[in-house]
Amino acid sequence: MTASVNRRITGRAPLRKRRLSLSARRSAVGLAFVSPFVVGFIAFYLRGLLLTVEFSLSDLSLRPNGGYDLAFVGLKHYIYAFREHATFKQILTSSIGDMALDVPLILFFSLFMAILLNQRFRGRTLARAIFFLPVLLNAPAIADALELSRAMMLGGTSPASAAVTQAAGSGGVNVSYYVGMLADLGMPRAALDYIVGAVERINGIITSSGVQLVIFLAALQSISPALYEVARIEGATAYESFWKITFPMVSPLIVTNMVYTLVDSFVSSDAINLSFDTIFGASKQYGLGSAFSLVSMAALCGILMISSGVVSRRAFYQN
Amino acid sequence: MRSVTSRNTRGRIITGAKAWTLSLLRWALIVGVSYIIVSPLIGIAARSFFSNSDQFNPMVYLIPQTPTLERYRAAIDIMGYADTLPRNLLFVGGLAVIQALVCSMVGYGFARFRFPLKGLLFGCLIVMIVLPSHVIMLPLYMLFQRFDPLGILARMGIAPPNLLASPWPMYIMTLFGAGLRSGLYIYIFTQFFRGLPKEIEEAAEIDGAGAFYTYLRVMLPNAMPSAVTVVIFSVVWQFNDKFYAQLFSISPKIVLSKQISGLQASVSNLYQLRDPSLTTLYLYAGVMLAIVPLLVLYIVLQRRFIEGVERSGIVG
Repeated sequence: MTASVNRRITGRAPLRKRRLSLSARRSAVGLAFVSPFVVGFIAFYLRGLLLTVEFSLSDLSLRPNGGYDLAFVGLKHYIYAFREHATFKQILTSSIGDMALDVPLILFFSLFMAILLNQRFRGRTLARAIFFLPVLLNAPAIADALELSRAMMLGGTSPASAAVTQAAGSGGVNVSYYVGMLADLGMPRAALDYIVGAVERINGIITSSGVQLVIFLAALQSISPALYEVARIEGATAYESFWKITFPMVSPLIVTNMVYTLVDSFVSSDAINLSFDTIFGASKQYGLGSAFSLVSMAALCGILMISSGVVSRRAFYQN
Repeated sequence: MRSVTSRNTRGRIITGAKAWTLSLLRWALIVGVSYIIVSPLIGIAARSFFSNSDQFNPMVYLIPQTPTLERYRAAIDIMGYADTLPRNLLFVGGLAVIQALVCSMVGYGFARFRFPLKGLLFGCLIVMIVLPSHVIMLPLYMLFQRFDPLGILARMGIAPPNLLASPWPMYIMTLFGAGLRSGLYIYIFTQFFRGLPKEIEEAAEIDGAGAFYTYLRVMLPNAMPSAVTVVIFSVVWQFNDKFYAQLFSISPKIVLSKQISGLQASVSNLYQLRDPSLTTLYLYAGVMLAIVPLLVLYIVLQRRFIEGVERSGIVG
């Protein structure tokens, strides 16, 4: 008994020690590679998140020479945000509502266009280049400046600007006439409103689906042509091979793209702008702004978890 | 015999007609959507050459009768384009190179090594990708206002420097893998390295290369498609970024897009132009000037870029 224990210790210990040290060295090297990220995550993200929680529970006043004082006030800011603040609830719900409307449209549009661009035709390279342009030109600062100048033109009093505005408004199709006609034909009103809203926002939808489109394109390219060949030999129609091959194969990336789209549209939403303005605007309500951003982040996390849970259960994973 | 051939030709005609209709539909859709994407750009580009008389002439549409470069001259002047653009490109390019190096390193670590808490750390990476950095803006602002990590400087009796209004916060954050969308880049590299065969490294290791040397000399050159993708994305997003530029109040001398915001107002002050429909033309010229560098970059690298995305491991 003791001999065997002894032998186990003496016989195996050096070997195990050596193997351990090798794997330990390997894991140390791995940690060294990852270390910048670990430091960055702890120093900026973890610390930031904890401090934001702390700020949201306190009244914060900045000292003139830098640094700050905290006075713990409990849930005051949260209660204020939900009970008293004039616009927070509306802005949050409308941000979430816009997201819920836009995300399915963006996903559908980018998948559809990716399938179209994946086919062989002349000018395909050019078309792809054009479809990716919006990602390049999506600069919020420039968009804001253009928006401002448009607003100035609309509000402008000079006759020239009025003429320009009128000229811009006079063209186009009378949409409400067609909507009324379709409604008379018995189309459900809610569906009509959704479609009209989608058409009105077509610009935003197209410009915010560049990255998703490229990801879907990459996914489509990675599907083996042999699958389609087999399907064709077995007599599947194009419609069937779309639903049985293409759709399942890209379905994991629907989840990826959905998460990307949700986060992307949330970052530019009014709820985020509100918390930025509350903190850095004229009022400098640090605690309240922190509470705003935490509440909207919690909302985003909830939406992400629910939607990716629902969709990824239906997605097809190869392994 | 005859009936069979006639049926064949009829079938061929029908499939031909079907294919033709389909390709027509495809063309209509692609041209239509491309028009939606490109038309505002064309409008801005055309109007940036308009002279005053063109702007007020209702007959002029897109092609100016008396084109002028005056808008560009003024915009270049007011925005300090000749100085701002090189500075901005240097800033953005430097950050992109740091991103590619740091994120590929971290991605390599995640893809090829086992170490304690790896699962947790990878979870942290996902949190970083998903978490909007707006949640931590106030702590970041305060951190860089009195930059004193771990209180070292205060203990040594040196007043902590205020790094706001300089590009340093961005460099520091990027260096520690926490810059603009760094999480996404790390993820791209991780997926890419996972897909590479292990034999390459093993060969290097047998030949006596250390882990870092293997990474630098063997793995990184193999990761070029991903690196190109990351560099381009990083340049584009950093160039267009408004959030960090605003949060750290980085000087407009480095950030071109910040110059755009004030352009119209400065034009109307400087030239005593009160009509917004005229000052807009200067804004259009400024927007063109801000877009052109990215457009050139994209046109040069377009093919490599889309191929890079397709092979870079975003898809996994």
